[in-house]
Amino acid sequence: MSIDLKTIKHISKLSRISVDEKKAEKLAGDLNSIFDFIEKLNELKTDNVEPLTSVAETTLKLRSDEVKSKNLRDQVIKNSPKENEDYFVVPKVIE
Amino acid sequence: MSDVTKQSLSELVKNIKSKKLSSSEVTKAFVERSEKSKELNAYITEDYANALNKAKKFDEKPNLDLKLPGIPMAVKDLFCTRDLRTTAGSKILNNFVPTYESTVTQNIWNEGAILMGKLNCDEFAMGSSNETSFFGNVQNPIDKNLVPGGSSGGSSSAVAAQLTPITIGTDTGGSIRQPASFTGTVGLKPTYGSCSRYGIVAFASSLDQAGPMAQNVKDCALLQEVISTYDEKDSTSIDFKRNEYSKELTKDIKGKKIGIPKEYRVDGMPKEIEDLWKKGIEYAKDCGAEIIDISLPHTNYALPTYYIVAPAEASSNLARYDGVKYGFRAEGKNLIDMYEKTRSEGFGAEVQRRIMIGTYVLSSGYYDAYYLKAQKVRKLIKNDFDDAYKKVDAILTPSTPSSAFKIGEKTNDPVSMYLNDIFTVPVNLAGLPGISIPAGHDAKGYPLGLQIIGKAFDEQNILNIAYAMEEKINFKNNITDWWIK
Repeated sequence: MSIDLKTIKHISKLSRISVDEKKAEKLAGDLNSIFDFIEKLNELKTDNVEPLTSVAETTLKLRSDEVKSKNLRDQVIKNSPKENEDYFVVPKVIE
Repeated sequence: MSDVTKQSLSELVKNIKSKKLSSSEVTKAFVERSEKSKELNAYITEDYANALNKAKKFDEKPNLDLKLPGIPMAVKDLFCTRDLRTTAGSKILNNFVPTYESTVTQNIWNEGAILMGKLNCDEFAMGSSNETSFFGNVQNPIDKNLVPGGSSGGSSSAVAAQLTPITIGTDTGGSIRQPASFTGTVGLKPTYGSCSRYGIVAFASSLDQAGPMAQNVKDCALLQEVISTYDEKDSTSIDFKRNEYSKELTKDIKGKKIGIPKEYRVDGMPKEIEDLWKKGIEYAKDCGAEIIDISLPHTNYALPTYYIVAPAEASSNLARYDGVKYGFRAEGKNLIDMYEKTRSEGFGAEVQRRIMIGTYVLSSGYYDAYYLKAQKVRKLIKNDFDDAYKKVDAILTPSTPSSAFKIGEKTNDPVSMYLNDIFTVPVNLAGLPGISIPAGHDAKGYPLGLQIIGKAFDEQNILNIAYAMEEKINFKNNITDWWIK
């Protein structure tokens, strides 16, 4: 299999990571060698195997639906790169 | 007592409890040694002044019933610590100061321990050499040019160099056991669900586990006893009866059945690893264990499976770093441009690579071929272990396929770097506990480790086997303090 530059551009868009031409070429090389290695899985027949989604063979515990922590607004906003009173500030979205 | 930092955790606890040493004396000794050891680059954030203050407070009103009374320690910088910067080794969290505490670290402070600082690690725990950290690589105290392993490389370096008596790391594919093996220290990856993941910066949520790292098995058992609790804040935390691991520790492993998996004899494995394994088998026999040959037929598929599952989960976990809510932000022309620049400038190359792999295998049209396939193979790998454990109580393997390698040796070849985790990754995929203990040296004098893998929730058993074998092995680390001028 081969991941071309067009695919790299597509993945970078989905990942929200900007890549220039040079970085895209390096990534294509790295990803191709990694996927060559991953292709080994195709040797195995897995049609009748159930996928494993969790190693913990327990069901999730139920809990009562009650508020345990409140008034966290200041804590939530404390680390934001840019805020205005109680809001996170981002570049303008609507023209 | 001049050689305070040479003492094991158990000795320090005993000396503080019997008032031969105060917490202040102990903390001062480790802080001074840490300050003299900056060249190792084991710390990302130091908190020495606060540590000394806390030690003083402890001494004013010492509670000697606690399990870690006034014991200073540094922790991997992947655990959120309230009011102390937590970076995960990344530029994107360079200025992040948590407003809450991880459950595992809270458990440690509740037992009287004192935080000295945050230890270096690979960025978001993605790496096997600590070279992906934004804060620079860490040196192995064994030799200046060697990596300390990863991702818990600052942790392994700090324990081996005795900058901290004990520490905690996290292990997603080998990140506790491999660095322990590279530095001649002991590291335990507990059963998935044993230690709470609450407040640990997430990498791959179905694989991540916190665990203890120490100079010896007994210290490791004591720390595991402290950190392993059921926690309703982590929905995958498991409510099972936990042992008092250090109190129940015994060297009596007579009649225990230990499995030797033939598939771990991989192509190109150095002879000294093979020899070490054989020696380990003899040690286990000397301890009264019965050795049984077993097969884990899907071992060779573990790494390819891991390199689908872990990046897939990482790409989803790391979607939260968007420059809006916390962490680094790069300015952009518009919202999307801001996201893309923030993530491109904020994440390092290895993290970007894994996010890309993960995004690709989860993307439309590829999900079944990669992610679903990997989950199915993961089931086969777990079935291998389930079958083996019908015949044996534990499994003995080498921890790593080589001793520590040189800084820069594998940075340009991601696949060769990934191969480091060949013996540790299957354990995470199956959610089992595994411990690495130092078991010998290679021709260059670098430490080599053996791994003991247990049944789920059977930490006590592998700790016991490790404890018994440790005595027979009688390992001595060759550390010369070369970095102290």
